[in-house]
Parts: sequence; C-alpha cells; structure tokens
Amino acid sequence: MIAALQSLHLTELGYLTLLAATPLTLAALGGVLCERSGVVNIALEGIMLTGAFVGYAAALATHNLWLGVLAAMLAGMAIAALHAALSISLLVDQIVSGTVINILAVGITGVYYRTYIQESSGVGPGILPTWHIPLLDRLPFLGQIFFQGQAITWAMLLLIVVVHVVLFHSVWGLRTRACGEHPLAADTVGINVYLVRYVNVIASGALAGLGGAYFSLQEIGNFLPNITGGRGFIALAAMIFGRWTPVGSFLASLLFAGADAVGARIQGFHNIPYQFLGMLPYVLTIVVVAGAMGRSIAPAAVGRPYKKQ
Amino acid sequence: MDLAIEWGQVHALLGENGAGKTTLMNVAYGLVRPDSGTILVDGNPVVIHGPQDAIRLGIGMVHQHFMLIPPLTVAENVILGHETVTAGGFVDQRAAEQEVRDLSQRYGLEVDPRARIEGLPVGIQQRVEILKSLYRGARILILDEPTAVLTPQEVIGLFGILRNLAGEGSAIVFITHKLGEVMEVADTITVMRRGKVEATTRPSETNPAGLARLMVGRPVLLRVDKAPARPQRPVLELERLVVHDDRHRVAVDGVALSVHAGEIVGIAGVEGNGQNELAEAIAGLRPDRGGRVLLDGQDVTRATTRHVLHGGLGFIPADRHRMGLVLEHSVSDNLVLSTFDRAPFAQWIIRRFEAVLEYAQRLIKQFDIRAESPSQPAGSLSGGNQQKVVAARELGRQPRALLASHPTRGLDVGSIEFIHRQIVDQRDAGLAVLLISSELDEILSLADRVAVMYRGRIVAILEGDAIDRDRIGLLMAGAA
Amino acid sequence: MTWRRLFRPAAVALAAQPVLSIVCGFLVAGLAVLASGADPVQAFSALFQGAFTNPRAFTETIIATLPYIFLGLAVALGFKAGLFNIGAEGQFYLGAVFGVFIGYSVHGLPGIVHVALALLAGMLGGFLWAAIPGIIKARTGAHEVIITIMLNYVAFQLTDFLINNRGPLADKTSSAPRTPFIQHAAQLPILIPGTRLHAGLFLALIAIPVVWFLLSRTTVGFQIRTVGLNPTAARAAGISVGWTLVITMGISGALAGLAGADEVLGVSHFMPPAFSTGYGFDSIAVALLAKSNPWAILPAAFLFGAMRNGATFMQLQTQVSADLISIVQATVIIFIAAPAIIRWIFRLRHTPAAPVQLAKPDGAAPI
Repeated sequence: MIAALQSLHLTELGYLTLLAATPLTLAALGGVLCERSGVVNIALEGIMLTGAFVGYAAALATHNLWLGVLAAMLAGMAIAALHAALSISLLVDQIVSGTVINILAVGITGVYYRTYIQESSGVGPGILPTWHIPLLDRLPFLGQIFFQGQAITWAMLLLIVVVHVVLFHSVWGLRTRACGEHPLAADTVGINVYLVRYVNVIASGALAGLGGAYFSLQEIGNFLPNITGGRGFIALAAMIFGRWTPVGSFLASLLFAGADAVGARIQGFHNIPYQFLGMLPYVLTIVVVAGAMGRSIAPAAVGRPYKKQ
Repeated sequence: MDLAIEWGQVHALLGENGAGKTTLMNVAYGLVRPDSGTILVDGNPVVIHGPQDAIRLGIGMVHQHFMLIPPLTVAENVILGHETVTAGGFVDQRAAEQEVRDLSQRYGLEVDPRARIEGLPVGIQQRVEILKSLYRGARILILDEPTAVLTPQEVIGLFGILRNLAGEGSAIVFITHKLGEVMEVADTITVMRRGKVEATTRPSETNPAGLARLMVGRPVLLRVDKAPARPQRPVLELERLVVHDDRHRVAVDGVALSVHAGEIVGIAGVEGNGQNELAEAIAGLRPDRGGRVLLDGQDVTRATTRHVLHGGLGFIPADRHRMGLVLEHSVSDNLVLSTFDRAPFAQWIIRRFEAVLEYAQRLIKQFDIRAESPSQPAGSLSGGNQQKVVAARELGRQPRALLASHPTRGLDVGSIEFIHRQIVDQRDAGLAVLLISSELDEILSLADRVAVMYRGRIVAILEGDAIDRDRIGLLMAGAA
Repeated sequence: MTWRRLFRPAAVALAAQPVLSIVCGFLVAGLAVLASGADPVQAFSALFQGAFTNPRAFTETIIATLPYIFLGLAVALGFKAGLFNIGAEGQFYLGAVFGVFIGYSVHGLPGIVHVALALLAGMLGGFLWAAIPGIIKARTGAHEVIITIMLNYVAFQLTDFLINNRGPLADKTSSAPRTPFIQHAAQLPILIPGTRLHAGLFLALIAIPVVWFLLSRTTVGFQIRTVGLNPTAARAAGISVGWTLVITMGISGALAGLAGADEVLGVSHFMPPAFSTGYGFDSIAVALLAKSNPWAILPAAFLFGAMRNGATFMQLQTQVSADLISIVQATVIIFIAAPAIIRWIFRLRHTPAAPVQLAKPDGAAPI
C-alpha cells in the first residue's frame, strides 16, 4: 500500500518533470544547432515567446491546434532569420542581436496580444490531446511517463534523436561542426560558411518556436504575456551544462525541471527555501562555464563573426 | 617572374621571410590574384579563381598553419567538403576510414583514421593535411614551410614521404628557408629574394654557401657610422632560458646570453625560430619554463611586465599595431602608455595633462615625429612616425636595457636611419641593447656582437671580424 | 533631393545617425501598430501626452529616467572596457536589497547619514554582484555575458527568497509580500511637493559628470579605455588587464546598485519581490544609443524614461499595449548596431567611425 502510494508520487513527479523539460529541451536543441555552427543565440527566450504567441493566435483563428503548432515553428524561424541576418550578414555583435530579439519579442507579443487575444471573444482552441500507446502505458512507472503524452513532448523525444543523428552522423552535421570550430578551414575546403550558419540559425528558430508552442498549446491552452518566464535562459544553461550535445541538453533539462518540480513540492515545508532549488540551474551553469578554464568545451569559433577572406 | 615545376620532382623554393615564396604559391592555389602573367598546367593556360579551381586542377596546398579541425577525427577532416555518403546524406564513416587507410598505405603516411586531431602530434597532423590534398586528387603538392613545426625525426619521416610521392609521379613544391633540408631532399632549387627569382639550380651544382649568398644577397648601402663599442657591466642576462610557444612546445631551448651596457647584441635568424617567444618572455608577457632572466642583477624571471618595464627595460615590440600602440589614443597618450599613472603624469589618480603634453612635445621634437599635434590619434601617423612614437616612449623613459624586436619593419629609409641613429647614440650613452631582427642588413649594420638563433637555440655568437654575412646566412639557415 | 545634400557632410552624418535611428524606430513601431489595427497617430500622441503634457506627468518621466541614467552609465562603462554587462538587472536588485535593508533596519540616524549609508550599501551590493563575473573573467577568461545573465536569475530567486512571505527580509505584519518600510530618515527628500520627484535626481545628474571625469581625466579611466581598445598593447605596456576588468565590472555594478537603492529610497520606500520590469535590459539600449558617451546617456535615458512613462498612459487611453516601446527600443538598437541599414536608406556617405561592433574578432573591445 505504502509502496503503491509512493510510486504514484514518483511517477507523477516524473511525468511532470518530463513535461516541464519539454520546452527546455526543444529550445536547447535549437541552441545546440545554432551554436555548433558558430552563432551565439541568447535569443532563445524571445523566439520561444514569439512561438508561443503566434502559435496560439493561429490556433485561435483557425480553431486548429496543429496549424497553431506549425505557425509557432514558422514564427520562430522568421525571428531567427532576423537574428541570422543581423549577426551573419550585417556583422552585428551576436549578443546585441540576441538581446534585440528578446526585447522585440516582448514588444511584438505584448502589442498584438492586446489587440488579438485579449479582446477576442469565444472559446479558446483547447490544448493538445493526450495520446496513449496501448499496452506499453500499463508499465509501472515508465509507462505512465513515457508512453502517454501530448504531441510536443513526443516530438521532443524524437527530435533529440534526430538532432543527434544529424549533428554527428550526417554530412550536414559534419559541415556544421566544422563551421563552428574553424570556419576558415571549412571555407578552404569549399564549404559555404554563411549558408551553413543561416540554415542552422533558422532551424534553431523552428525548434525554439516549437518549444514556445508547448506553453500556449500544450500546457495551458492560452497565452499570457511573458508566458515563457525566463525558461529560454534555463534552456541556454541546459545546453551549456549538456556540453552542446542533444542528449546532454535533454538530461540537463530533466535535471533542472526536476529540481523545479521537487521544489514546488516541498514549498509546503517552510524551512526549506525552494528558491535555492530554483537557483540551481543558473549556479550550475556558472560553475560549468567558469570551470572550463582553458579546456574549452564550446565550439571554438562560436560568437565570432566570419568574414570571407 | 618565371618558374617551372616538373612532374616527379621535388622542387624547393628557397628564400628568407618576405622573399615572396608563399605569395607565389598562394597565387597557384587561388588564394591570391596575380596582377599579370599566366599559369600553365601541363602546358595549358589556366585561370585559378580560388582553392576550388586549384583543387580541380590537381593542385593541393599544405599550409604552414594547418587547416584542421581539432575535435574532429582524421577521417572527418580528410573528407570534409567531399564527403563519402551513404543513402540519405549520412556520412559513411567506415568507407571514409577505409579510404584514408588506403591512401595512407599507398603513400606511406601512417595515420589512424579514427584518432582526433587534437590529440595528435604535429608531425602526424601534417600527414593529415597532406592526405587531405591527396584525397582530392592532388598531383601537384605545395608545402609551405613544412618543417617549421617538426622535430628532426619527423623531418626525416616527411622527406621519406615526399620522395615516395615524387616517385609516384607527383610534383612537389617545398617552400623553406632552411638550406640543409633543401640540399637533402630537393631535386631542383629555386632561390627567391625580394620577389624575384635569383637562380634555379640543382644540389649537385651548388653548395650551401653559394645558396646562402643568393638568399641574402649583396650588402645594402645602409650602414650606420658607429664607433666601436665599449661594453661595461652586464645589464641583461639570460641564463639557460626555456620558453614554450602557444602550442606548449619548446620554442626557446636553453638560451644563454649576456648584454652589457654600451653594446648592441643582435639576434639574427629567420622568423619563427623562437625570437618572438624570447622577446615576450624577457618582457614578462610569457611565462618562462626554465632558466633565469636578470635585469641589472635583479632576478626578473617571474616578474610582471610592469615590474620589468619600471625596473629598467625598454621594450619595442615586433608588431606596433597590435602590441606597440593603441591607435585610437592620441600620440601623447601613447607616449605615456606605460607611465601614465606615475608622477609627474599623474597625481594620485588624477592625470596631469600639462605634464603629459610637455613631455610629449619634448619627445616629438627630440625624435622628429611628424605629427600635426600631439593630440591626434596615433593611427593617423605614417608607419615610420608610429614606430618613432614607440621608440620615443621607450627610450624617453631612460631605460638601462632596450629590447627591440624588428624595430624598423615596414619603414621607409629615412625612418630606419633615424631609429638606427637613436639606438646607436643611446648605446654610446651606456644603454645595453638586445636587437632582434630578421633583416640581416639591420643586424650587420648595428650589432657589435651577433648571436644567431636557429630552432630556439643560439647556434653561434660572433664578434669583430668573425661577423661575416655569408657565414651568418648559413647559420641562420641551419647549415654550417 | 535637397535634404539628401543636407546629410552629406560626414560630421553631420555621424550625429544624424542616432537621431535617424530613433526616427526609424518610431516609424517601424508605427507600422506595427497599424498592422494591429490601431491608429499609430493616436498611440504616439497618447505616448507623448502621458510623458510630457502635464507637470505631474513630466515629473513622473523624470523619475522613470533616473534608473536609466545610472544603469546606462553602468553598461556604458562596461563597454568602454570591452565588457558586456548584461547583469545590470541583477546588480540593480542587489543594490535595492542592500539599500532597503539599511533603510529599514537602522534606527536613530540623522537623515543625511542614513541616506548616505543606505546608498553606499546599495553600491556595495551592486559592486559585489558584478565583481563575481569580473573575477571569473579575469581568472578563467570565461565570457561575462552568460555569467551575468545567470546571476540575474540568481538575484531574482535570492530576492524572492528574502522578501517573499516568511523570508528574512519580509515584513511579517503585511499581507502583501514586501520588506518593511524604510525609516523616514532614510527617505530621499521630495523636491517638488505634490509629486514623487525625489532628490535622486541630483545624484543622477552628478553621476554623469563623475563617470565622465573618471573616464577622461583619471588614470583608472585611461586604463579602462586602453584595455577596451587594445588589451594586447595594454598588457605590453604593463597594465594588468585582469585587474582592470574586475575594477570596471565593480564600478559598473556599483552604479547599477546605486540605481536600485535610489529607487527604493526615493520612490517606493520599500521593496517588493518583483522589483524591476526590464530596466536592466533596456539600459543596454540606452548605452548603445548614447554610444557609451556619458553625456549622451542623459538624452538617451530621458527618451527611454519618457517612453516608459508615457506608455502606461498610452495603454490606458488606446488599445495599444505599453509593450510598444519595446518595439521602438529593439528597432532603434538594430539601426544603431547595423548603421549600414540607415546609410543605405538615406544614402549617407560612409563615415570613418567604425560601426557599433562590440567584439572585434581579435578580442579588442567595443565602443
């Protein structure tokens, strides 16, 4: 009896963790692609926010959640394209460019939220349905966590594998990594560094946009200003902590989301400050970044604009 | 200029730095456009717009600074850009590794295709660079200063590989400044100097001394009138100094040298033999890994740059734009770059601009710096005047020892004469000067004693009549 | 076209660039408003009205400007050394925390002393929070951007812990989560009765020439600028680059912390857990717009303060959300950071000044 209760507790925790890790992982995957090609992307937050908004607005307008998801990804790609144009072609500092996107996203979503969403009447589009894989979902513990869920979480799990395979086993991934480590060398063997970076940045937009759609279309079925609440930066931390790999980002996201979920649970006990658990992802990232002294684990050429000789 | 490379031969391009060897080959590889002339491959005129064209024509280049990506494996680096693929756009790792293995065996370039570049010794990395070209079907292989980064054993290995390749019919172009190697491995030798071909010959028809003479040419009329030196106590002493370069390899290998007040010691040598690292170590910009540096008797081996500078060392760095000046700052600010926070230029943390200005005006006059006003940015001055600013700054502090690294590089004759004059005058006043230069004329003109640096070691210290241009040329090139 | 000829002289073009960027920023924002179905003219006039038209509104604009001045100076100072201090937001928080703590916990001090003490505490808080990334960068070379962003969030959590219900700094007697009110003696005096305009105005106006003096007339400032322009040459001349970076971050943080303490002591007189709304990020835009020139921070900060203040009014009067000003800000930064766009639009002659490039590839610094 006690065991059953206990396992329920854990299973629920596990499920919630996986859910909360979804947007983090998706944004982090986007960050991985982007930074592996050599472009710093601190705009994950802004891209997610845009995705969440556009996704919701589209779903609201068409009463079709799937179109909303698609719209979220497209919006992410569009905003990421701006980041790419600014930092790759116009040689704007990548940090400035990322900051601009974040500010712009707040502005755009805020303004259009007022006119399109707040004022609109009618029923919302709801949230994505939960699917079950028959039989497998009866498995204790694992079944409830992995074999039932909503589309975006399934997509995330799939994308982890996809991004990993693409990055480490495909031609495109090889060239991407070359551009991020030593763009000059890549250029001398005939790789178009600009093109590779552009595509990767836009792809990261699609992923982060999908991550944003999680908030509005999978989690709550609505859009609120600042719905992403800084999660984009936790995703950045997850990417760094996960050493710029898809699987690492996923595990780091689970860690951070898990700490958050545990924190929410123990909020009841007032002698354990949950905020310190909330600090965990950030402090860990600082330790990782500072501790990497000399031994650089980031792609070597990340952050530096490339000018063709 | 004319040059003919033949199949099945190792053709050496010999010359000092700046002779034009690398530039010429960059044209062949498409990295530089020629202003005039034609390139013929197998008798057919070709146009090469970029490395892609060169590769298509079968020309491959192994750069001095490898174009390898450290975290990737050998196989990945070799195939990058021309990847072997399976269906679906995936990299066929196994096929790639097999191809690399095949190439390795065929040409005798032993490498493990699965190893990561970052863990490999430089000699092996070079093999990967060569494999890259061979993989793309290069029949003409250009190697730019390939032995600069190799140990003697690795050099022997490389020569074996080159002979193999030539034996298979490839044409090898070997750019170098080292005489001994040229004599050992080349079938044909072309000597270049100041952008022109001086001669083309064979090892059997010449000797190192003759080559050296062709390399360094006849003496230039630029000579400073100077009285013989009267050296006094040692001011700057280097004892068994060992310094590592950025790749953690030994760049300065146990240098021992003593510079006395009132003398100019010149370090001759082709760039890249450890001179930069030596200068930086003395100035406190690079940690020493062994040995000692003494300044006026004080051990400054572990001292900070600030300590060394204020302890009596003047430092004219090799690169005035990167290290010597802050181009955006005014001339006067640059003149006090190392003394701006000391009296009389500052009182506590408040700067005293009148004192700075007065000092600047004095130096400008003394060193004949052509500037409209001391407050104009240093970047707006001509190269010669910029270097005068650096010299003025360092000499104006009245140091006891001066470390001058390539002090007249890129300057016009007038500026060169002026700076040389200043150095000699200061020497006569008791300054100890350590002059590093790859311009042999400069060394011969200024130095009272000449030390020759080759591969991180001082291979000879000459003085008086022993200072002979040809002899030094040989020593610089590693022969004799 | 005659107006094009007006813009030809390079000097005019140089000064015109920020102005044109602002104009274009508003134009783009106006288009965005149009696309949302609202009337841009109405929106902008409401914005203007809310910021300026009545004396009370004007004082509110000034109040909103003050943090921007301090924070803009903080970020600009960082830029001068080649540092990107995105952590101004977190340092702002820490300064407020330190300041409010001294403000409410110390009793019996005369006004001037209490205020001075609290402000100094605020500067200390910001200094410490900024010194951390400074030291990390000096010793490990780790990029300050990521670390300062992370520290911002740590600051938010820390503040939340301290001030939210039952936190050590929370006012247990209050139903809303906040710190206790500060002592009356610690309050910054109001300058114009009937308004909220407080003596922090003087502080801000003094801060500008102080920073200018620091940068242009002191050895410290010379060191900072030299490291920012050419760290290699700085090192070769004996300057300790690491030390300089730490000091710069420290002073920058102190300024940001001062902003926080100033806000608490002057405006709210207590501190709620959710304190700032993006002041720190906006101030990056202020610094960029002013091209890191301390004097130019004043008009830039004023512009942003006016927008922030006017935006609340605009939101009440029209359908347009206050977030519109974020669109203006973002677009202005784009035009400042990529001057090629402005030049292309107006066919300005290429000015010799380098475009706003914050990190030159060889590591030398920004504006």
